[in-house]
Amino acid sequence: MGAAALLFLPFVLLKPNRILPGEARSLLEVLPAWQALGCQAVLGLAGVTALVVASPRVRLAVALAGIVAVALAAAACGNVLTPPGNKVVRVAAGPAFWILLVCLGLMATDAITRMRPGPAMRVLSLALFFFVAGAALAHGTFDNLSVMREYAVNAARFWQEARRHIWLSVGSLVAAVLAGVPLGVLCYRVPRLRAPVLAVLNVIETVPAIALFGILMAPLGALAAAAPWAGTLGIRGIGAAPAVVALFLYALLPIVANTVAGLRRVSRATVEAALGMGMTAWQVLSRIEIILALPVILTGIRVVLVQNIGMVTIAALIGGGGLGTFVFQGIGQTAIDLVLLGAIPIVALAFSAALLLDALIEVVNRGRA
Amino acid sequence: MIRVEGLTKRYGVAAVVDDVSLDIERNSITVIVGTSGSGKSTLLRMINRLVEPSSGRVLIDGADTRDEPAYLLRRRIGYVIQGYGLFPHRTVAENVATVPRLLRWDERRIRERVQQLLTVFELDPQAYADAFPHQLSGGQQQRVGVARALAAEPTVLLMDEPFGALDPIIRTKAQDDLLDIQRRFGTTIVLVTHDMDEAFRLGARVAVMSGGRLLQYDRPATLLTRPADPLVTRMTGRADRAIKLLSLTTAGEVALPGGSDGPAVAASASLREVLSQLLWCGADSVRVVGEDGGTRGHLTVAVILAHGRG
Repeated sequence: MGAAALLFLPFVLLKPNRILPGEARSLLEVLPAWQALGCQAVLGLAGVTALVVASPRVRLAVALAGIVAVALAAAACGNVLTPPGNKVVRVAAGPAFWILLVCLGLMATDAITRMRPGPAMRVLSLALFFFVAGAALAHGTFDNLSVMREYAVNAARFWQEARRHIWLSVGSLVAAVLAGVPLGVLCYRVPRLRAPVLAVLNVIETVPAIALFGILMAPLGALAAAAPWAGTLGIRGIGAAPAVVALFLYALLPIVANTVAGLRRVSRATVEAALGMGMTAWQVLSRIEIILALPVILTGIRVVLVQNIGMVTIAALIGGGGLGTFVFQGIGQTAIDLVLLGAIPIVALAFSAALLLDALIEVVNRGRA
Repeated sequence: MIRVEGLTKRYGVAAVVDDVSLDIERNSITVIVGTSGSGKSTLLRMINRLVEPSSGRVLIDGADTRDEPAYLLRRRIGYVIQGYGLFPHRTVAENVATVPRLLRWDERRIRERVQQLLTVFELDPQAYADAFPHQLSGGQQQRVGVARALAAEPTVLLMDEPFGALDPIIRTKAQDDLLDIQRRFGTTIVLVTHDMDEAFRLGARVAVMSGGRLLQYDRPATLLTRPADPLVTRMTGRADRAIKLLSLTTAGEVALPGGSDGPAVAASASLREVLSQLLWCGADSVRVVGEDGGTRGHLTVAVILAHGRG
């Protein structure tokens, strides 16, 4: 499929400015022959490897080489096609680029899965990836590609919105854990509470995000109007407050439900033995029950964090800020590069959060049957 | 040692344990035996206050168990349950060290005690101290459970169906080990089981319960020869009671002076085993030898049969 994409679809798009649709260019048209053929050779090797080589190590190495080649080729196209000193012309990655990236990414992911790396190895690989990608970006390798052009214009705001995006996602998660775990313990201890609490949280979960933002605007706006102190704390009908409250409410169900499920998984005999040996109720909860429920609770936290990183994007619509700002601005201006400037880091964030928490869950699970 | 006075537990109107009184002797094994639903586990759990009695009280060495917080009481009493309840996230050594840690022993003393107990329970500390419970066999887990219960040198050990999950061969070995442990540490053990053979094998005294009531509390031989209730006869078994009675006496206890040219049997063997040996060999007398191999006396078929008379 990658090969077909390379043959029939444009590799890069040359646009006269950031809004007009671009004209297609293929790899061979743009680059000097040795560069284009070098890239083609690496990709050909990747194609052959994908079909005939079984060793996951080799497949991974070739896939990574392919990704590097495609990225460098795109960067080189940018450099070649951009007239020196011209700030208006945009060189954007074309369909072939994206399809190749997906194919090679799938190949690499598949190889990694088969190699079953330990949690430390996975975190290390992620760090290495970010280091290499970060170094290339800082070095200016991709500066002539359209997304980086958008970055150059919005650099200060980009970091501000990125920090805000993380802050909104993690802040509402922390609040939900602080409230949700005790609520889960309570639901576990008082079975009569369990059904109604989970039912209410389920209803909240089914409200679409954008609707919940809307619903929250009215009471928070009223609160800000009625109590001046609320306004000074930043609580208003629009902005971060409804976003944080909504994310918090969405986060509660996975946290509470997983806390209850995790605690129910702890064997009765273990708890009975702990009590019988003279642990206080608090010691049994903190040293035995919560610890044994931790892998399940962490799974809930993982779900919430990834979900939050995605949903903060929508919070931009009600003035909550975050990387979604670029996405919606870009859509408004039909500037697809600006959309990507927001979307690519969001995907990277969500992917990293999932990977880090999966590694953590595996570490916590060690030594248990 | 442990005095149970008029102990009753009601859930609603139903009494699970109904006005039970008994005195448990120091330095011996007392077995509470009964069918499921007889209230035997509830009775045991009221001794360490995992269940609070509706009325009545428990005295240990004359002191009411309600005089201190329940968790402090439980740290002084060993507790072993069916399924053992080992902590799956802690190593064998950490499991055994649970109560000493709660009591804030210093680390060196804890380490030495754990080493000692693992050695006593035939779990090589080198190989098993850092293992996790799920890496052990059922028999090993059971031994870790008992070692953990004995870690803080309790004078009382409560055991609720401790051998229930073991296969018959390992169970017999575990029962022998428990008798050894009791002799070695002099612990007062109260053990709950539904298995009458286990009760007879382990118990110096046996309490028979049914429907929450204590039917009879006596030495095993007395339960056989003078049952207080038809239910006791039914539970101990009528058909093989003479054989059961023989199994309660060892050859060493009743050997007559003088030797015999019949086969040799150990002084620790029960009369039941000796009789079986005699039937098997077609002999009519055996020579009883001590652990040192010296002759301790002899036994004849007639003498053995006399001991099986009700």
